[in-house]
Parts: sequence; structure tokens; C-alpha cells
Amino acid sequence: MSARFDLDGARRWLREAERAAGSAAVEITVEGGRSELTRFANNAIHQHVGESSLALSVRTQLGQRTARASTHRLDAEGVQAVVARALELTRAQAEDPDLLPMAAPAPAAGAPVSRWDEPTAAVTPAERAAAVAEMVAVAHASGFTAAGTCATHSSAVALLNSSGVEAFYPSTGAEFSVTMLAGNSSGWAKGSAVRWRDLAPQGGAAIAAEKARASADPIEAPPGKYTVILEPAAVLDLLGFLMWDFGGLSVLDQRSCLSDRVGAKLFGENITITDDACHPLQTGMPCDGEGVPRQQVSLVERGTVGNLVFARQSAAQWNKQRPHAAVAATGHGFPLPNEYGEAPLNVVMAGGSTPVEEMIASTQRGILVTRLWYIREVEPYRKMLTGMTRDGTFLIEGGRLKGGVRNFRFNQSMIEMLNQVEALSPAVRASGEESFDMVVPALQVRDFNFTEVTKF
Amino acid sequence: MHDIAGWALDAAVGSGAAYADVRVEQLRHRSLATKNGKLGHASDNQSQGAGIRVIVDGAWGFAASDEGSRSAIEATARRAVAIARASAQVRQHGLRLAPEPAHQATWVSPCELDPFSVSIERCLGLLLEVDRELRSVAGVTLAEAQMDFQRQHQLFASSEGSRIEQTRTLSGAGYSALAFANGELQKRSYPNSFGGQYQLKGYELIPQLRLVENARRVGEEAVALHRAAQCPQGVGTLILDSSQLGLQIHESIGHPIELDRVLGSEANFAGMSFLTLDQLRRLRYGSALVNVVADARIEHGPGLGTFAFDDEGVAAQRVEIIRAGEFTGYISSRETASAIGENRSNGCMRADGWNRLPLIRMTNISIEAGTAALSSEDLIADTDHGYYMETNRSWSIDDKRFNFQFGTEIGWEIEKGKRTRMLKNPSYSGITTEFWNSMDAICSREHWTLWGTPNCGKGQPQQTMGTGHGAAPARFRGVKIGTAFAGGGA
Repeated sequence: MSARFDLDGARRWLREAERAAGSAAVEITVEGGRSELTRFANNAIHQHVGESSLALSVRTQLGQRTARASTHRLDAEGVQAVVARALELTRAQAEDPDLLPMAAPAPAAGAPVSRWDEPTAAVTPAERAAAVAEMVAVAHASGFTAAGTCATHSSAVALLNSSGVEAFYPSTGAEFSVTMLAGNSSGWAKGSAVRWRDLAPQGGAAIAAEKARASADPIEAPPGKYTVILEPAAVLDLLGFLMWDFGGLSVLDQRSCLSDRVGAKLFGENITITDDACHPLQTGMPCDGEGVPRQQVSLVERGTVGNLVFARQSAAQWNKQRPHAAVAATGHGFPLPNEYGEAPLNVVMAGGSTPVEEMIASTQRGILVTRLWYIREVEPYRKMLTGMTRDGTFLIEGGRLKGGVRNFRFNQSMIEMLNQVEALSPAVRASGEESFDMVVPALQVRDFNFTEVTKF
Repeated sequence: MHDIAGWALDAAVGSGAAYADVRVEQLRHRSLATKNGKLGHASDNQSQGAGIRVIVDGAWGFAASDEGSRSAIEATARRAVAIARASAQVRQHGLRLAPEPAHQATWVSPCELDPFSVSIERCLGLLLEVDRELRSVAGVTLAEAQMDFQRQHQLFASSEGSRIEQTRTLSGAGYSALAFANGELQKRSYPNSFGGQYQLKGYELIPQLRLVENARRVGEEAVALHRAAQCPQGVGTLILDSSQLGLQIHESIGHPIELDRVLGSEANFAGMSFLTLDQLRRLRYGSALVNVVADARIEHGPGLGTFAFDDEGVAAQRVEIIRAGEFTGYISSRETASAIGENRSNGCMRADGWNRLPLIRMTNISIEAGTAALSSEDLIADTDHGYYMETNRSWSIDDKRFNFQFGTEIGWEIEKGKRTRMLKNPSYSGITTEFWNSMDAICSREHWTLWGTPNCGKGQPQQTMGTGHGAAPARFRGVKIGTAFAGGGA
């Protein structure tokens, strides 16, 4: 296995760390593997990189104190040194009366996931270059210029602790992203999968090329409120900014837009969002940063904010402050110690049954958005975000794509947007550039707020 | 380190590389944070490894590993060669490197007090003292403070004969106060948002920041913002504090002058640039008061973009980017300099670790201070009506760097030369060259600060780099104010 280690190896490092830690409790996280990425621009490969690494992160806990240190030296001396550094940080702190003991083993929350594919682990630089050549061939055939990436990885993560937690998660992955540049327009597509054979870079290149062709000679449309059709990549990039607010600690800290709103009907009736690490289209480790199995959590049910996600520590803090509304840890915590608690990272938004073509046909005047760029939060409680459209922005008139328009800047409240969804397509696994991969539909949204237009 | 470098170069050249370089690096990063009177996080991360870059058959390859044995290093070098051979299947034409003399050098960044020798108790004690001050203000609902120290020890060696050893020590600290009430969350940060101030210094930076002394004011401002008026919408005169101007430089000058963007290398992710090659020495980028340099030399100051040599062995340089408003230079690499006919790279290739390929990155991109004595108070006194905005809260710019929008944590209205009512949710927007051409005043050198931006993202796989931005408060005319809330109300 190109992960560079197995569970037995991780057990040996745990024993070594425990010996070095004396009376302290120990948690180790081992991450190892190989990742390679082929990058192209101007129809040629210009960067092509490969990395092999194996890293050990150690958390020590002495009573009510804990800290973390990491290293790439995994011989006996390296393990002893990293434990010593973790202990130095641990001993230097004041005690935290709320710190919990290390997690104990718990049964898996869902069916076992298998996300390792040996042929993907064996993909060669030449195979990735051949995939790039296919994408570049589409560009040549269209008279365009292509830029993008084609990447593969094979890796494993192990998390073990002194209380008997043992989690081992090997995974592979493959991804492409392609931009087609025409004279004054561009198009983009991206895809990712566990298995190399499920990737369709040439098809993505064809989609990007068609977008570049169809958006040529963009006109300038005035800023204002439009009906927009957000393709799945644009939806996930926006939704990613909202998901952090579903962490229990974020609400306790009063920095979430859900502060004082849990249980409220905040979004439209057609909005249902779940976090599900075991979903067949999802990826990622099925346990959290302490080794607690990730539960399936219903975050939004028909517009109502139902549940938050919780690390063990946040759940305990929540129950102390709100014993009338007690919760349990859901297995979404970040590695300890941290100040952010947890977040849902395996988001599945329920889709509808309206294909994008039907959304276009039902739009008298609107904008089709392929992709968004440089999204940032402007106002946290209304969850107002700003950002730009990019690489395929189209004017819709009379139920048809009329052509390309210059890119818009938006300033839009996510809460308002999710109350203005007119139609949803079936949900798909989608990749963007601003947030993590999700399973999301395309959305037709009324009154989306564009405030400015740029020069291209 | 020297053994590893030698094994790597011998194996790469022996396997057919026409050019090879290797960076052998040891990195250490200590990070401490507190939140509401408790530990937020405490970590001490060490990393070491080697990254080997080669040219074979006119194409690039790069491989990195954290295994330091001779056999592993040689295998990594051969992997880089194999990757380059694969790249040659879809090869670019005319790959050439601008010449650079072979350098033999050792350089250590100035560091008066080794931050890793300072006790953790002392660091946490200071953060908790700040925390107490912030939370002593009624209405502050969340106090966060952090401190970061990094040391990078690197050997660069190339098949052209360079052997360069550099050690850089970075320190940073800062804090934020958040106040939530009645469905509104306001925030103030010090000395800057997103982690504070970072420089190429040792622990001596920390007392210079006067963290405790400013904490109460920062907490009070976070609470006072709840009573402030919403920033109006319109067109008006804008004065920016130096930290916000630093980020404005970063986004609307620093990124568009990256020559790899201009040439299309970043088209898929970070984007391109409006500064096409025909604009060089023709474009009126800003007003006559706008003078901007890219300066990686220690003479410029202890910035996050300060070094002696970049990550392809090119000596640190000072480059004029904008002179009296005219666009005069890009930041480049050996490959991109050659591609546009320059005879030397200006030394801006940087990687964020041994496992990443060097890319063109900002060094210290700084605006020169005004020559006449001028403070921000003078600027305000000289302004009949306008807005003063301080400390970044949000930032966004299109992928060719034309249209931007920034929000700041706090603002004030200026009326008849005086700072009057406080404004919440301030924002402004514009088109890059129109904005810089509207600058009609900048404060003098004693008000100039070399800010550190520790979190600049670029590349695939994405890399995070620290950049420096020297700036002084400056004034702009006819700027769109409050556009972030246009169409949506407050």
C-alpha cells in the first residue's frame, strides 16, 4: 500500500509514545501517503509534482491539560522527541476543569466505508499526462487555450489513543479541473472521484469548451436583483460558508448566524441538508479528530434548523449551559486542542426534480452561473457573502440562454437566498474551488443580489 | 543537509536531468492561542524533507519526500525525473531559465530573542492578560488571542553550483474582541485582523506590539459598534489606515504583477491579470503619488517577504513596480523572466515548505511614504467630508484583479476636518486603476508600517505564504462607499 504504513505500524508508534509519555494519556494521528498533481496552462504541462510523506501528530493529556506536537521523524528518537515537546506544552498550561478524558472506543455510526482503489493508487505520471493531453486536444479542436489540473492521491489516516480508540482509514482519490480560455470568454468544469476510472476529464473539457464558446463576446448587463441559476459548484461554494455556523461551539460562542435560531424555520420549505460521512457520494474519514464515529445529522429539515454537530467537549459544554436541551457528541470535532470545536464536512443537500434546462426554460430574465470566486463574509448574522462570478456567466432571456455577460459581484445573504429557492435539480457530487466537495443540486433562486459588474 | 543535497543532485543529473535543484528544509512552528480565559490551542510542529526540481526533455518535474536516507533521496530524484519525462508528453516550447550566477552563501535573519527559548508560561501569561483586559469590557462576548513563531532552516543547492543556506525566524501575535447582541455581531482586532502583526523577527516583536496596552480600547470599540450608525452608501472621500492599505496593495497590486498570472500559468485557479505585457511602462496605474516597490532585501525591513535568496537561488532584489504612477515592473522567476526577454529574474520564487514547488510570490510589496510630514490626523484635518476606515474585515477581488470590494471592522465619518460619528459595517469598492489614480495624499515615513500578511494562498496544491506590505495612511477621492449593502439594506 502506498500509504507508507498500516494499522500495526500505528500501534507500534502508540506504544512508543505511551512509553515516552509516562503517566500522561496519549493520542496519536498518523497520516501518510503519496499525492501527485499534474498542472497545465497554455495547452502544456508546466508544473508536475509528487509528494511522499508520513507524519505523526501526538496529543498528550495530563489531568486537565492537553497539547499537541507533530513530526516527520518516526524512529524511536523522533517519537520520544515529539512526545517531549507535547508534554512541555501540556505542563505549561493552567488546568481546564472542563477538559474531558480521552475518548473511549465506540461502535461505527454507519455501514463501513471502502474508499481505497488499488488501480487509482497505481496511476502513473504518464497516465495523468495522457489525461491532460485529452483535455488539451479538446482545446486545440476548439481553437481555445486550456489550463487545469489532474491529480491522484493514495493515503491513510490512523487515530489511536491510550483509551483503546483505533481508527484506520485508507483512501484514494482522483480529480481534474479545467478552464478553457477563448478570446474574451472562458468556461470551467471540475470533477472528483474515489476511483480514477470514474473521472471524466475529457467530458469536463468539452463542457468547459462549450461554455467558453457560448459566452463569447459578453455583453454588460446592469447590476441588480436577478433570478439566478446556480450550478452545483456555485451552490457548494456558497453553502460551505454557512456550514461552519452549524458547529455547536460556534453557537455557544455566539459567533454563528444560528445563535438564538436553533429550532427556527430559517429557510424555505424546500431546503433539507444532512451531514453524512457514509453517503455513497461522500469522501472523508468516518470519525472525527478524537476518533468518535461521525453520526448522520439532520441539519435542516424542510427549512427548519434541526440539529447542530458536536464534538464531545462542545456537547458537554452545551449540556452544562442548556440542560433542558441536552445533546450528544456527533463525531464532528476537530483535533484537540482547538478553539473552533466542530463542523459538518460531509454535506448532502437534498435535491429536487427540475433539470437545469427546465430552470432555464422557466426563467424570463435571469443569469446562469457556472462558478463563483473569492467569496468572503461581509456580515456574519445575516450571513451576507460577497464574491464574483467566473468562467461562464450567461444572460437568460425568454427562457433561453442569450449569451455571455460580464462577470458580476454579488452581496447576498445566505439566509435570504435559501428562502428564495424556486427549484432544485437532482443532487450530485460536486467540486468547487472555494469550499470542500459536497453532494448538492443546482438551484434556481429569485432576487439574487448583484451589486457591481467588472470589466470582463 | 549537504549530504542530502549532493545525493539528490547526483541522482537527478545521473538520471538525465539537464537542470536540477534541491531544497532541504527543517521547519518548526509553535502556535499558542487563548479563548475566553482558557487555552485555545497549543501546538509545536516540526517538519523536514527535501524537494527536488528537475528539467528533462525541456519539461519540469518535481518530487518531494520526508525520508532522508540516501536510497530514499535518490529514489525521489528519480521520481522527479520520471515525472518530468511524463510532462514532456504535453510539453511547452522554449523552456529557458534566465541566467543567475552560482552563489555560495549563508544568511540568518535578524533575531534578537529566540522565540523558542521563551517559556511557554510567559507567552500564555501574556495572552491571558490580554484576554482579561478584553473581557473586562461589558458586552465583549468572545475574546481570542494568539501567538505564532516559525523557524525555517533551508539549504538550496543546484546543478549550476549554488549552495545557499538560510535561516529565517518569524514571529506574530494579535487578538480580537467579538460582541454579539440583538442579532448583530461586531468585531475589533489588534494590531491587525486575521492573526495580528507578523514580522521576520524574534520574540522582540511581541513587546513592541503593545498588546496589553491596547486591549481595553479594542474591546470598547467592539461594543461601541453596536451603537454606531450604518455606513452610508454613496461616493466620497476615503482615508484608509495603513493596515487596510497594506491589504489593498496586496490584492490590487501584489497579485496582478505576478508574471506567472500574466502569462496564464494560474488561469485555472488564482486567475490571470489585467496587466498584460503591453501595459508595461505604458499604463498609468496610479496618481503621481503612487510609488510601489517589491523589495526582498533586509534593507527594506523585517518583512515576511524578506530573504537573501529566493527558492531558486536568485539573490534578493528591489524592483520598482510603480514609479510616479507609471507601471514599471512585474515580479518574476527565472523561467518567466526569460519568457518576456528579461536577462535576469528579480527573485520572487518561493515555496511554503520542502514538499511544494516554488511559485512566483510577493516579497515585500510596499508603497513608499509621502515626502512631506503628514499624519492621519493631518489628513483628516485636511478633509472637508469623507470616511476613515480601519482594519480589514472582508476582502474580495475578481480573477483579473479589476473589481474589488473591501469591508473594514470600523469607520468614522469626517466632517469639516474632524472625525465625527462612528460607523459600523463600512465597505468600499472600485476598479483597481481608477482607485489608485484617485489617491491624492499619503502620510510620511514615521506613519509607515511594514505589515505582515501570513495567509496568502496560491497554487495547486495550494500553498500559504507570508508577504510583507509597507504602507502609510492614504486618501482617495471619489470612491464608492457602502456598496456591500447595496440592494440588501442594512
